Amino acid sequence: MGKPKLKEHKINRRWCKGCGICAHFCPKNVLEIDEKEKVVAARPEDCIACKLCELRCPDLAIEVITK
Amino acid sequence: MAVKDYIRERFFPQMWCPGCGHGIILNGLIRAVEELGINKNDIVMVSGIGCSARISGYLDFHTMHTLHGRALAFATGIKMSRPELNLLVPMGDGDALAIGGNHFIHAARRNIDITVIVMNNRVYGMTGGQFSPLSGYGSLATTAPYTNIDHPFDAVDIAKSAGATFVARSTTYHIRQLTDLIKKAITHKGFSVVEILSQCPTYYGRKNREGNAYEMMELMKQITTPVGSKAKKENPDLVETGVFVEIDKPEYCAQYEKIIERAKKDGLVRSPSTGRGRVSPGLG
Repeated sequence: MGKPKLKEHKINRRWCKGCGICAHFCPKNVLEIDEKEKVVAARPEDCIACKLCELRCPDLAIEVITK
Repeated sequence: MAVKDYIRERFFPQMWCPGCGHGIILNGLIRAVEELGINKNDIVMVSGIGCSARISGYLDFHTMHTLHGRALAFATGIKMSRPELNLLVPMGDGDALAIGGNHFIHAARRNIDITVIVMNNRVYGMTGGQFSPLSGYGSLATTAPYTNIDHPFDAVDIAKSAGATFVARSTTYHIRQLTDLIKKAITHKGFSVVEILSQCPTYYGRKNREGNAYEMMELMKQITTPVGSKAKKENPDLVETGVFVEIDKPEYCAQYEKIIERAKKDGLVRSPSTGRGRVSPGLG
């Protein structure tokens, strides 16, 4: 079984409050908070699918979908 | 099952402030239940009052939102009547150790099979940021503008000395450990307490200049160390995380069942099937 690879970041913009926890603790600096104070996957190609953002999101607003 | 199967989506987005650690505990708790594979209909969550207590509204278990500090009394009643159910009691620091302090120590003393999750954000957030018994000496709060002179409780020490048979501590920064400890606490037969240090950026963080949510979480990483580590000996101010107590002791509901059996044998309780048996005052 190889390492899981990213398919997409499923972000629920209605639930996200832009606290920035996911973006701050991302080891690969994939996520950013946009001008509307919601998270976006700015550099998805760098994602290693560690799911730390998904596990730490207080709003259950981000999900890392793997292949 | 997916995370969404355990929540009541109609109540989302949840009402906690942006970056509140209680949401992270909600997240970790769902994953713990999911990994244990417990049927959500076999779980009863009883909460009291406060920011922390709102967690029961978001989870699709059997839930009860009860009186301030008294969640453990309600949970004891449910557990005694339906011992096969898993009881989860999320409590805030004030809910558990100030308002509900007596319920907490006596539930621990009985060793009834209930899992308590103390969501410790060191402040009364819902009512406007008053200091709690876990705020700590020298901290600032809306009701302590010239610093708090109350010395804090240590939730782990209290649980230990009151007789809890599983006691652990984690933080919202240590998300994998948090999930793991909740799993262990639910599986443990007896009174289990998991204290989770949580951040309140709105009140505690702002008043004590600890920064925003992730800065507070970075601070948790700095001030904690695994239990029994060398770092703790060098710096006694560090807060230990991990499992402190894990022992076997007779569980309350199981012992109570034995008492009923003994009383039946002595004929003190009227048998429901035959109607025979001596009825004595108070037992009939």
